[in-house]
Amino acid sequence: MFLGLVKPSDGQALVLGVPTGDVEIRRKIGFLPEDFRFYTWLTASELLNLHGRLCGMTTARLRERVPALLDLVGLTPHREKRLREFSKGMLQRIGLAQALIHEPELIFLDEPTSGLDPMGRRLVRDVIRAQRDRGATVFLNSHLLSEVEITCDHVVFMKEGEVVASRDLRALPHGEIRVSARVRNFPPKAVAELARWSTNAQLDGERLTLATGSTEVLPDILRHLVAAGADVFEFAPEKLSLEDLFLKIMGEDRGL
Amino acid sequence: MCAWIMAGVTFREAARRKILWTAFLAGLAFLALFGTGMHFQAEHFTRASLPPFVRYQVLSTMLQVGFYAVDLLAVVMTILTSVDVLSGEIASGTIQAIATKPISRWQVLIGKWVGFAGMVAAYVAAMFGGVTAVGYFIGGVLPRHALVSALLVLLECLLVLTITFMFGTWFSTLANGVIVLGLHGLAFIGGWIEQIGAATDTPRLVTVGVVSSLIMPSEAIWRRASFEMQSSFARSFRFSPFSEASAPSLAMVEYAIAYLLVALIIAVYHFDQRDL
Repeated sequence: MFLGLVKPSDGQALVLGVPTGDVEIRRKIGFLPEDFRFYTWLTASELLNLHGRLCGMTTARLRERVPALLDLVGLTPHREKRLREFSKGMLQRIGLAQALIHEPELIFLDEPTSGLDPMGRRLVRDVIRAQRDRGATVFLNSHLLSEVEITCDHVVFMKEGEVVASRDLRALPHGEIRVSARVRNFPPKAVAELARWSTNAQLDGERLTLATGSTEVLPDILRHLVAAGADVFEFAPEKLSLEDLFLKIMGEDRGL
Repeated sequence: MCAWIMAGVTFREAARRKILWTAFLAGLAFLALFGTGMHFQAEHFTRASLPPFVRYQVLSTMLQVGFYAVDLLAVVMTILTSVDVLSGEIASGTIQAIATKPISRWQVLIGKWVGFAGMVAAYVAAMFGGVTAVGYFIGGVLPRHALVSALLVLLECLLVLTITFMFGTWFSTLANGVIVLGLHGLAFIGGWIEQIGAATDTPRLVTVGVVSSLIMPSEAIWRRASFEMQSSFARSFRFSPFSEASAPSLAMVEYAIAYLLVALIIAVYHFDQRDL
Protein backbone atom coordinates (compact mmCIF):
# COMPACT_ATOMS: atom_id res chain seq x y z
CA MET A 1 0.00 0.00 0.00
CA PHE A 2 2.91 2.36 0.78
CA LEU A 3 4.21 1.72 -2.71
CA GLY A 4 0.88 2.01 -4.44
CA LEU A 5 0.58 -1.68 -5.35
CA VAL A 6 -2.60 -2.09 -3.34
CA LYS A 7 -5.28 0.57 -3.05
CA PRO A 8 -6.57 1.35 0.43
CA SER A 9 -10.19 0.37 0.95
CA ASP A 10 -10.61 3.35 3.24
CA GLY A 11 -8.70 6.14 4.90
CA GLN A 12 -5.40 7.71 4.04
CA ALA A 13 -1.74 7.10 4.81
CA LEU A 14 1.33 9.23 4.32
CA VAL A 15 4.74 8.04 3.29
CA LEU A 16 7.63 10.48 3.58
CA GLY A 17 5.00 13.15 4.14
CA VAL A 18 2.93 12.58 1.00
CA PRO A 19 -0.10 10.37 0.35
CA THR A 20 0.65 6.78 -0.64
CA GLY A 21 0.40 6.16 -4.35
CA ASP A 22 2.27 9.36 -5.22
CA VAL A 23 4.53 8.50 -8.14
CA GLU A 24 7.27 11.08 -7.62
CA ILE A 25 7.93 10.11 -4.01
CA ARG A 26 8.99 6.68 -5.25
CA ARG A 27 12.25 8.27 -6.37
CA LYS A 28 13.08 8.17 -2.67
CA ILE A 29 11.81 4.65 -2.04
CA GLY A 30 13.42 1.29 -2.74
CA PHE A 31 11.56 -2.01 -2.69
CA LEU A 32 12.52 -5.67 -2.77
CA PRO A 33 9.43 -7.89 -3.19
CA GLU A 34 9.32 -11.15 -1.27
CA ASP A 35 9.59 -13.29 -4.36
CA PHE A 36 11.68 -11.13 -6.63
CA ARG A 37 10.96 -11.94 -10.25
CA PHE A 38 12.00 -10.04 -13.26
CA TYR A 39 12.60 -10.41 -16.97
CA THR A 40 14.85 -13.43 -17.03
CA TRP A 41 16.21 -12.52 -20.46
CA LEU A 42 18.06 -9.55 -18.96
CA THR A 43 21.59 -9.77 -17.62
CA ALA A 44 22.36 -8.57 -14.09
CA SER A 45 23.90 -5.29 -15.36
CA GLU A 46 21.03 -4.68 -17.77
CA LEU A 47 18.51 -5.16 -14.98
CA LEU A 48 20.24 -2.59 -12.77
CA ASN A 49 20.57 -0.16 -15.66
CA LEU A 50 16.88 -0.52 -16.48
CA HIS A 51 15.80 0.07 -12.88
CA GLY A 52 18.16 3.02 -12.61
CA ARG A 53 16.75 4.58 -15.76
CA LEU A 54 13.20 4.09 -14.49
CA CYS A 55 14.30 5.96 -11.37
CA GLY A 56 15.51 8.83 -13.54
CA MET A 57 19.25 8.23 -13.13
CA THR A 58 21.65 9.54 -15.75
CA THR A 59 23.86 7.26 -17.82
CA ALA A 60 26.97 8.71 -16.21
CA ARG A 61 25.64 8.02 -12.72
CA LEU A 62 24.63 4.49 -13.68
CA ARG A 63 28.07 3.80 -15.12
CA GLU A 64 29.45 4.39 -11.68
CA ARG A 65 26.62 2.98 -9.58
CA VAL A 66 25.92 -0.35 -11.34
CA PRO A 67 29.41 -1.89 -10.89
CA ALA A 68 29.49 -0.65 -7.28
CA LEU A 69 26.19 -2.35 -6.48
CA LEU A 70 27.11 -5.56 -8.27
CA ASP A 71 30.23 -5.58 -6.16
CA LEU A 72 28.24 -4.87 -3.00
CA VAL A 73 25.98 -7.89 -3.50
CA GLY A 74 28.80 -10.12 -4.71
CA LEU A 75 27.57 -10.54 -8.27
CA THR A 76 30.40 -8.90 -10.22
CA PRO A 77 31.52 -12.22 -11.76
CA HIS A 78 27.94 -12.80 -12.95
CA ARG A 79 27.23 -9.32 -14.30
CA GLU A 80 26.79 -10.49 -17.89
CA LYS A 81 24.87 -13.63 -16.99
CA ARG A 82 21.16 -13.72 -17.75
CA LEU A 83 18.77 -13.88 -14.83
CA ARG A 84 17.32 -17.17 -16.04
CA GLU A 85 20.63 -18.76 -15.03
CA PHE A 86 20.49 -17.28 -11.52
CA SER A 87 19.75 -19.31 -8.40
CA LYS A 88 17.12 -18.07 -5.94
CA GLY A 89 19.82 -16.64 -3.71
CA MET A 90 21.40 -14.78 -6.62
CA LEU A 91 18.00 -13.38 -7.58
CA GLN A 92 17.56 -12.13 -4.02
CA ARG A 93 20.93 -10.41 -4.24
CA ILE A 94 20.21 -8.71 -7.55
CA GLY A 95 16.77 -7.80 -6.23
CA LEU A 96 18.41 -6.13 -3.24
CA ALA A 97 20.75 -4.25 -5.58
CA GLN A 98 17.87 -2.90 -7.70
CA ALA A 99 16.15 -1.69 -4.53
CA LEU A 100 19.24 0.35 -3.66
CA ILE A 101 20.24 1.56 -7.12
CA HIS A 102 18.93 5.12 -6.64
CA GLU A 103 20.11 5.49 -3.01
CA PRO A 104 16.59 5.74 -1.57
CA GLU A 105 15.73 7.35 1.74
CA LEU A 106 13.21 4.65 2.58
CA ILE A 107 13.72 0.99 1.74
CA PHE A 108 11.15 -1.80 2.02
CA LEU A 109 12.66 -5.28 2.10
CA ASP A 110 10.18 -8.12 2.11
CA GLU A 111 11.81 -11.32 3.39
CA PRO A 112 15.22 -10.35 1.96
CA THR A 113 17.07 -13.32 3.43
CA SER A 114 14.76 -16.07 2.24
CA GLY A 115 16.65 -18.39 -0.06
CA LEU A 116 20.02 -17.11 1.09
CA ASP A 117 22.85 -19.14 2.58
CA PRO A 118 24.49 -17.93 5.84
CA MET A 119 26.98 -15.81 3.91
CA GLY A 120 24.17 -14.23 1.94
CA ARG A 121 22.24 -13.51 5.13
CA ARG A 122 25.26 -11.86 6.63
CA LEU A 123 25.67 -9.78 3.47
CA VAL A 124 22.06 -8.59 3.71
CA ARG A 125 22.58 -7.67 7.37
CA ASP A 126 25.69 -5.69 6.48
CA VAL A 127 23.91 -3.95 3.62
CA ILE A 128 20.99 -2.99 5.88
CA ARG A 129 23.36 -1.60 8.49
CA ALA A 130 25.26 0.34 5.83
CA GLN A 131 21.98 1.85 4.60
CA ARG A 132 20.99 2.76 8.13
CA ASP A 133 24.37 4.37 8.70
CA ARG A 134 24.02 6.55 5.60
CA GLY A 135 20.69 7.77 7.03
CA ALA A 136 18.14 5.62 5.22
CA THR A 137 15.20 4.00 6.97
CA VAL A 138 14.88 0.30 6.26
CA PHE A 139 11.62 -1.56 6.71
CA LEU A 140 12.47 -5.22 7.08
CA ASN A 141 9.54 -7.57 6.81
CA SER A 142 10.57 -11.01 7.99
CA HIS A 143 9.49 -14.14 9.79
CA LEU A 144 13.11 -14.92 10.66
CA LEU A 145 13.04 -13.27 14.07
CA SER A 146 16.67 -14.03 14.84
CA GLU A 147 17.57 -11.89 11.81
CA VAL A 148 15.26 -9.13 12.96
CA GLU A 149 16.70 -9.25 16.46
CA ILE A 150 20.25 -8.64 15.30
CA THR A 151 19.43 -6.19 12.52
CA CYS A 152 16.61 -3.90 13.57
CA ASP A 153 16.27 -0.97 15.96
CA HIS A 154 12.51 -1.19 16.24
CA VAL A 155 10.20 -4.13 15.85
CA VAL A 156 6.46 -4.14 15.25
CA PHE A 157 4.33 -7.26 15.44
CA MET A 158 1.35 -7.44 13.15
CA LYS A 159 -1.54 -9.83 13.25
CA GLU A 160 -4.24 -9.91 10.61
CA GLY A 161 -3.17 -6.52 9.34
CA GLU A 162 -3.13 -4.78 12.72
CA VAL A 163 -0.22 -3.75 14.90
CA VAL A 164 -0.49 -5.77 18.10
CA ALA A 165 2.81 -4.81 19.76
CA SER A 166 5.99 -2.86 19.19
CA ARG A 167 9.38 -2.83 20.87
CA ASP A 168 12.42 -0.59 20.77
CA LEU A 169 15.21 -3.13 20.40
CA ARG A 170 17.90 -0.51 21.01
CA ALA A 171 16.59 -0.20 24.54
CA LEU A 172 16.68 -3.99 24.91
CA PRO A 173 20.00 -5.05 23.37
CA HIS A 174 20.01 -8.29 25.33
CA GLY A 175 16.34 -9.07 24.85
CA GLU A 176 13.60 -8.50 27.36
CA ILE A 177 13.86 -9.86 30.91
CA ARG A 178 10.58 -10.59 32.55
CA VAL A 179 10.56 -10.83 36.37
CA SER A 180 7.80 -12.45 38.32
CA ALA A 181 8.05 -12.12 42.12
CA ARG A 182 5.84 -13.03 45.09
CA VAL A 183 6.11 -10.30 47.68
CA ARG A 184 4.26 -9.23 50.81
CA ASN A 185 4.24 -5.86 52.56
CA PHE A 186 5.52 -4.02 49.50
CA PRO A 187 4.26 -0.40 49.60
CA PRO A 188 2.67 1.07 46.43
CA LYS A 189 5.09 4.01 46.60
CA ALA A 190 7.98 1.59 46.21
CA VAL A 191 6.28 0.04 43.16
CA ALA A 192 6.39 3.42 41.46
CA GLU A 193 10.10 3.69 42.29
CA LEU A 194 10.74 0.57 40.21
CA ALA A 195 10.39 2.85 37.15
CA ARG A 196 14.17 3.38 37.49
CA TRP A 197 14.65 -0.12 36.03
CA SER A 198 11.33 -0.96 34.48
CA THR A 199 8.52 0.89 32.75
CA ASN A 200 5.77 -1.60 33.40
CA ALA A 201 6.04 -2.79 37.02
CA GLN A 202 2.68 -3.96 38.35
CA LEU A 203 1.60 -5.29 41.72
CA ASP A 204 -1.46 -7.50 41.82
CA GLY A 205 -1.99 -8.82 45.35
CA GLU A 206 1.27 -10.50 46.19
CA ARG A 207 2.27 -10.94 42.53
CA LEU A 208 4.74 -8.36 41.27
CA THR A 209 5.58 -8.41 37.55
CA LEU A 210 7.97 -6.21 35.66
CA ALA A 211 10.12 -6.21 32.56
CA THR A 212 13.60 -4.85 32.15
CA GLY A 213 16.27 -4.75 29.51
CA SER A 214 19.29 -6.19 31.30
CA THR A 215 20.17 -8.88 33.80
CA GLU A 216 22.66 -6.39 35.29
CA VAL A 217 19.91 -4.52 37.13
CA LEU A 218 18.33 -7.59 38.75
CA PRO A 219 20.38 -7.32 42.02
CA ASP A 220 19.41 -3.62 42.26
CA ILE A 221 15.72 -4.49 41.91
CA LEU A 222 15.97 -7.22 44.53
CA ARG A 223 17.80 -4.87 46.94
CA HIS A 224 15.07 -2.26 46.35
CA LEU A 225 12.36 -4.76 47.28
CA VAL A 226 14.12 -5.73 50.50
CA ALA A 227 14.99 -2.10 51.37
CA ALA A 228 11.33 -1.14 50.94
CA GLY A 229 10.43 -3.68 53.62
CA ALA A 230 8.96 -6.37 51.37
CA ASP A 231 9.04 -10.03 52.26
CA VAL A 232 10.25 -11.76 49.08
CA PHE A 233 9.08 -15.36 48.70
CA GLU A 234 9.90 -15.78 45.05
CA PHE A 235 11.99 -13.85 42.49
CA ALA A 236 12.03 -15.44 39.02
CA PRO A 237 13.66 -13.64 36.10
CA GLU A 238 12.98 -15.03 32.61
CA LYS A 239 14.82 -13.92 29.48
CA LEU A 240 12.56 -13.52 26.45
CA SER A 241 14.03 -13.71 22.97
CA LEU A 242 12.18 -11.95 20.17
CA GLU A 243 10.81 -15.32 19.20
CA ASP A 244 9.50 -15.93 22.75
CA LEU A 245 8.03 -12.47 22.69
CA PHE A 246 6.42 -13.20 19.33
CA LEU A 247 4.86 -16.42 20.61
CA LYS A 248 3.69 -14.68 23.74
CA ILE A 249 2.04 -11.91 21.76
CA MET A 250 0.63 -13.97 18.90
CA GLY A 251 -0.21 -17.08 20.88
CA GLU A 252 0.85 -20.62 20.09
CA ASP A 253 0.06 -22.03 16.65
CA ARG A 254 -2.81 -24.43 17.17
CA GLY A 255 -2.66 -25.77 13.65
CA LEU A 256 -1.82 -29.38 12.66
CA MET B 1 10.26 9.28 -21.01
CA CYS B 2 9.48 6.24 -18.82
CA ALA B 3 6.87 5.08 -21.36
CA TRP B 4 9.62 5.07 -24.00
CA ILE B 5 11.85 3.03 -21.72
CA MET B 6 9.05 0.47 -21.35
CA ALA B 7 8.48 0.47 -25.12
CA GLY B 8 12.18 -0.19 -25.66
CA VAL B 9 12.16 -2.99 -23.09
CA THR B 10 9.15 -4.60 -24.77
CA PHE B 11 10.87 -4.45 -28.15
CA ARG B 12 14.12 -5.82 -26.74
CA GLU B 13 12.26 -8.59 -24.97
CA ALA B 14 10.65 -9.71 -28.22
CA ALA B 15 14.03 -9.65 -29.94
CA ARG B 16 15.92 -11.32 -27.07
CA ARG B 17 13.35 -14.04 -26.57
CA LYS B 18 13.46 -14.72 -30.32
CA ILE B 19 9.73 -13.97 -30.66
CA LEU B 20 10.41 -11.29 -33.26
CA TRP B 21 12.83 -13.40 -35.28
CA THR B 22 10.65 -16.50 -35.15
CA ALA B 23 7.69 -14.49 -36.44
CA PHE B 24 9.78 -13.02 -39.24
CA LEU B 25 11.23 -16.42 -40.15
CA ALA B 26 7.73 -17.87 -40.30
CA GLY B 27 6.79 -14.90 -42.48
CA LEU B 28 9.77 -15.53 -44.78
CA ALA B 29 8.78 -19.19 -45.09
CA PHE B 30 5.28 -18.08 -46.01
CA LEU B 31 6.60 -15.62 -48.61
CA ALA B 32 8.86 -18.29 -50.09
CA LEU B 33 5.93 -20.67 -50.44
CA PHE B 34 3.68 -17.98 -51.83
CA GLY B 35 6.38 -16.85 -54.30
CA THR B 36 6.89 -20.42 -55.48
CA GLY B 37 3.16 -20.85 -56.08
CA MET B 38 2.94 -17.54 -57.90
CA HIS B 39 6.00 -18.43 -60.01
CA PHE B 40 4.58 -21.79 -61.14
CA GLN B 41 1.22 -20.25 -61.95
CA ALA B 42 2.76 -17.40 -63.95
CA GLU B 43 5.01 -19.87 -65.79
CA HIS B 44 2.02 -22.04 -66.63
CA PHE B 45 0.18 -19.07 -68.08
CA THR B 46 3.19 -18.15 -70.20
CA ARG B 47 3.35 -21.68 -71.64
CA ALA B 48 -0.41 -22.00 -72.08
CA SER B 49 -0.60 -18.57 -73.78
CA LEU B 50 -3.94 -17.66 -72.19
CA PRO B 51 -5.44 -14.20 -72.73
CA PRO B 52 -3.74 -11.54 -70.55
CA PHE B 53 -7.09 -10.71 -68.97
CA VAL B 54 -7.54 -14.23 -67.56
CA ARG B 55 -3.90 -14.34 -66.45
CA TYR B 56 -4.29 -11.00 -64.66
CA GLN B 57 -7.48 -11.99 -62.87
CA VAL B 58 -6.17 -15.35 -61.68
CA LEU B 59 -2.86 -13.92 -60.47
CA SER B 60 -4.69 -11.00 -58.80
CA THR B 61 -6.88 -13.49 -56.95
CA MET B 62 -3.75 -15.37 -55.87
CA LEU B 63 -2.33 -12.09 -54.62
CA GLN B 64 -5.53 -11.50 -52.69
CA VAL B 65 -5.17 -14.97 -51.13
CA GLY B 66 -1.66 -13.96 -50.07
CA PHE B 67 -2.91 -10.79 -48.38
CA TYR B 68 -5.69 -12.76 -46.71
CA ALA B 69 -3.09 -15.13 -45.24
CA VAL B 70 -0.94 -12.16 -44.15
CA ASP B 71 -3.92 -10.64 -42.38
CA LEU B 72 -4.67 -13.90 -40.57
CA LEU B 73 -1.02 -14.40 -39.63
CA ALA B 74 -0.69 -10.82 -38.39
CA VAL B 75 -3.82 -11.03 -36.22
CA VAL B 76 -2.87 -14.40 -34.73
CA MET B 77 0.74 -13.28 -34.12
CA THR B 78 -0.52 -10.13 -32.43
CA ILE B 79 -2.73 -12.11 -30.06
CA LEU B 80 -0.20 -14.85 -29.32
CA THR B 81 2.69 -12.50 -28.59
CA SER B 82 0.76 -10.03 -26.45
CA VAL B 83 -1.70 -12.26 -24.61
CA ASP B 84 0.68 -12.87 -21.70
CA VAL B 85 2.14 -9.42 -21.42
CA LEU B 86 0.00 -7.90 -18.67
CA SER B 87 -1.82 -10.88 -17.17
CA GLY B 88 1.39 -12.94 -17.07
CA GLU B 89 3.42 -10.22 -15.39
CA ILE B 90 0.66 -9.57 -12.87
CA ALA B 91 0.34 -13.30 -12.07
CA SER B 92 4.10 -13.86 -11.74
CA GLY B 93 4.68 -10.69 -9.71
CA THR B 94 7.16 -9.32 -12.23
CA ILE B 95 5.08 -6.18 -12.51
CA GLN B 96 5.69 -5.34 -8.84
CA ALA B 97 9.31 -4.36 -9.36
CA ILE B 98 8.30 -2.03 -12.21
CA ALA B 99 5.11 -0.57 -10.73
CA THR B 100 6.94 0.49 -7.56
CA LYS B 101 9.38 2.65 -9.52
CA PRO B 102 8.64 6.34 -10.13
CA ILE B 103 6.59 5.56 -13.20
CA SER B 104 2.82 5.88 -13.55
CA ARG B 105 0.90 2.78 -14.39
CA TRP B 106 -0.46 4.41 -17.55
CA GLN B 107 3.14 4.85 -18.68
CA VAL B 108 3.81 1.15 -18.08
CA LEU B 109 0.78 0.12 -20.12
CA ILE B 110 1.18 2.67 -22.91
CA GLY B 111 4.91 1.94 -23.11
CA LYS B 112 4.26 -1.76 -23.60
CA TRP B 113 1.47 -1.01 -26.06
CA VAL B 114 3.74 1.24 -28.12
CA GLY B 115 6.44 -1.44 -28.12
CA PHE B 116 4.02 -4.04 -29.43
CA ALA B 117 2.43 -1.60 -31.87
CA GLY B 118 5.90 -0.93 -33.33
CA MET B 119 6.54 -4.65 -33.76
CA VAL B 120 3.13 -5.26 -35.30
CA ALA B 121 3.67 -2.32 -37.69
CA ALA B 122 7.06 -3.72 -38.71
CA TYR B 123 5.56 -7.16 -39.24
CA VAL B 124 2.62 -5.91 -41.30
CA ALA B 125 4.92 -3.67 -43.37
CA ALA B 126 7.36 -6.51 -44.03
CA MET B 127 4.68 -9.05 -44.91
CA PHE B 128 2.59 -6.66 -46.99
CA GLY B 129 5.73 -5.44 -48.74
CA GLY B 130 6.81 -9.04 -49.32
CA VAL B 131 3.50 -10.17 -50.80
CA THR B 132 3.28 -7.02 -52.95
CA ALA B 133 6.85 -7.61 -54.19
CA VAL B 134 6.07 -11.25 -55.00
CA GLY B 135 2.92 -10.18 -56.87
CA TYR B 136 4.74 -7.50 -58.86
CA PHE B 137 8.06 -9.17 -59.64
CA ILE B 138 6.84 -12.74 -60.17
CA GLY B 139 3.20 -12.41 -61.18
CA GLY B 140 3.29 -8.94 -62.69
CA VAL B 141 0.20 -7.86 -60.71
CA LEU B 142 -0.26 -5.12 -58.13
CA PRO B 143 -3.09 -4.51 -55.67
CA ARG B 144 -5.04 -1.28 -55.86
CA HIS B 145 -4.46 1.07 -52.90
CA ALA B 146 -1.86 -1.20 -51.29
CA LEU B 147 -0.82 1.41 -48.72
CA VAL B 148 -4.40 2.09 -47.58
CA SER B 149 -4.99 -1.65 -47.26
CA ALA B 150 -1.78 -2.14 -45.27
CA LEU B 151 -2.79 0.67 -42.92
CA LEU B 152 -6.23 -0.91 -42.49
CA VAL B 153 -4.68 -4.29 -41.65
CA LEU B 154 -2.41 -2.50 -39.18
CA LEU B 155 -5.49 -0.87 -37.65
CA GLU B 156 -7.09 -4.30 -37.34
CA CYS B 157 -4.00 -5.68 -35.57
CA LEU B 158 -3.80 -2.66 -33.25
CA LEU B 159 -7.46 -3.12 -32.41
CA VAL B 160 -6.87 -6.77 -31.52
CA LEU B 161 -3.73 -5.77 -29.57
CA THR B 162 -5.68 -3.19 -27.56
CA ILE B 163 -8.48 -5.61 -26.77
CA THR B 164 -5.87 -8.16 -25.65
CA PHE B 165 -4.30 -5.53 -23.40
CA MET B 166 -7.68 -4.49 -22.03
CA PHE B 167 -8.76 -8.00 -21.06
CA GLY B 168 -5.22 -8.69 -19.82
CA THR B 169 -5.85 -6.19 -17.02
CA TRP B 170 -8.77 -8.35 -15.84
CA PHE B 171 -8.22 -11.96 -16.75
CA SER B 172 -5.56 -14.65 -16.67
CA THR B 173 -3.51 -15.32 -19.77
CA LEU B 174 -5.54 -18.33 -20.82
CA ALA B 175 -8.91 -16.67 -20.27
CA ASN B 176 -7.69 -13.57 -22.09
CA GLY B 177 -6.59 -15.62 -25.10
CA VAL B 178 -9.90 -17.46 -25.20
CA ILE B 179 -11.89 -14.20 -25.01
CA VAL B 180 -9.93 -12.35 -27.70
CA LEU B 181 -9.79 -15.28 -30.11
CA GLY B 182 -13.48 -15.90 -29.43
CA LEU B 183 -14.31 -12.28 -30.24
CA HIS B 184 -12.27 -12.41 -33.43
CA GLY B 185 -14.03 -15.67 -34.36
CA LEU B 186 -17.36 -13.96 -33.77
CA ALA B 187 -16.33 -11.10 -36.03
CA PHE B 188 -15.11 -13.59 -38.64
CA ILE B 189 -18.32 -15.57 -38.81
CA GLY B 190 -20.33 -12.35 -38.62
CA GLY B 191 -18.47 -11.11 -41.68
CA TRP B 192 -19.38 -14.24 -43.62
CA ILE B 193 -23.00 -13.99 -42.55
CA GLU B 194 -23.07 -10.39 -43.75
CA GLN B 195 -21.58 -11.35 -47.12
CA ILE B 196 -24.01 -14.22 -47.62
CA GLY B 197 -26.87 -11.92 -46.65
CA ALA B 198 -25.72 -9.29 -49.16
CA ALA B 199 -25.18 -11.87 -51.93
CA THR B 200 -28.64 -13.37 -51.40
CA ASP B 201 -30.34 -10.05 -50.67
CA THR B 202 -31.33 -11.10 -47.14
CA PRO B 203 -31.34 -7.88 -45.06
CA ARG B 204 -31.75 -9.66 -41.75
CA LEU B 205 -28.54 -11.61 -42.32
CA VAL B 206 -26.76 -8.39 -43.17
CA THR B 207 -28.03 -6.86 -39.92
CA VAL B 208 -26.68 -9.83 -37.94
CA GLY B 209 -23.31 -9.37 -39.64
CA VAL B 210 -23.26 -5.63 -38.95
CA VAL B 211 -24.14 -6.18 -35.31
CA SER B 212 -21.30 -8.72 -34.96
CA SER B 213 -18.97 -6.16 -36.55
CA LEU B 214 -20.10 -3.58 -34.01
CA ILE B 215 -19.34 -6.03 -31.20
CA MET B 216 -15.87 -6.72 -32.65
CA PRO B 217 -14.94 -4.72 -35.76
CA SER B 218 -11.65 -6.51 -36.57
CA GLU B 219 -12.90 -8.64 -39.47
CA ALA B 220 -14.85 -5.73 -40.92
CA ILE B 221 -11.59 -3.77 -41.19
CA TRP B 222 -9.99 -6.63 -43.11
CA ARG B 223 -12.96 -6.73 -45.45
CA ARG B 224 -12.59 -2.99 -46.06
CA ALA B 225 -8.85 -3.52 -46.71
CA SER B 226 -9.68 -6.33 -49.11
CA PHE B 227 -12.23 -4.11 -50.85
CA GLU B 228 -9.61 -1.38 -51.27
CA MET B 229 -7.21 -3.82 -52.94
CA GLN B 230 -9.54 -5.33 -55.48
CA SER B 231 -9.99 -4.50 -59.10
CA SER B 232 -13.52 -3.54 -60.14
CA PHE B 233 -13.78 -6.87 -61.98
CA ALA B 234 -13.02 -8.86 -58.83
CA ARG B 235 -15.58 -6.84 -56.90
CA SER B 236 -18.21 -7.86 -59.41
CA PHE B 237 -17.96 -11.51 -58.31
CA ARG B 238 -20.31 -10.65 -55.43
CA PHE B 239 -19.52 -13.62 -53.27
CA SER B 240 -16.14 -15.01 -52.39
CA PRO B 241 -13.82 -14.53 -49.40
CA PHE B 242 -11.88 -11.96 -51.38
CA SER B 243 -14.51 -10.02 -53.24
CA GLU B 244 -16.63 -8.01 -50.93
CA ALA B 245 -20.31 -8.37 -51.52
CA SER B 246 -20.94 -6.04 -48.62
CA ALA B 247 -17.91 -3.83 -48.11
CA PRO B 248 -17.87 -2.09 -44.73
CA SER B 249 -18.24 1.67 -45.01
CA LEU B 250 -15.73 4.27 -43.92
CA ALA B 251 -17.99 4.86 -40.94
CA MET B 252 -17.07 1.34 -39.79
CA VAL B 253 -13.39 2.29 -40.01
CA GLU B 254 -14.07 5.37 -37.88
CA TYR B 255 -16.03 3.21 -35.48
CA ALA B 256 -13.07 0.80 -35.21
CA ILE B 257 -10.70 3.69 -34.41
CA ALA B 258 -13.09 4.98 -31.73
CA TYR B 259 -13.47 1.40 -30.41
CA LEU B 260 -9.68 1.08 -30.16
CA LEU B 261 -9.32 4.37 -28.30
CA VAL B 262 -12.10 3.53 -25.85
CA ALA B 263 -10.60 0.06 -25.23
CA LEU B 264 -7.20 1.66 -24.60
CA ILE B 265 -8.69 4.16 -22.15
CA ILE B 266 -10.53 1.35 -20.31
CA ALA B 267 -7.31 -0.70 -20.21
CA VAL B 268 -5.34 2.21 -18.74
CA TYR B 269 -8.08 3.03 -16.24
CA HIS B 270 -8.53 -0.52 -15.02
CA PHE B 271 -4.79 -1.20 -14.85
CA ASP B 272 -4.42 1.98 -12.80
CA GLN B 273 -7.20 1.07 -10.39
CA ARG B 274 -6.53 -2.60 -9.77
CA ASP B 275 -4.31 -4.08 -7.06
CA LEU B 276 -1.08 -5.61 -8.28
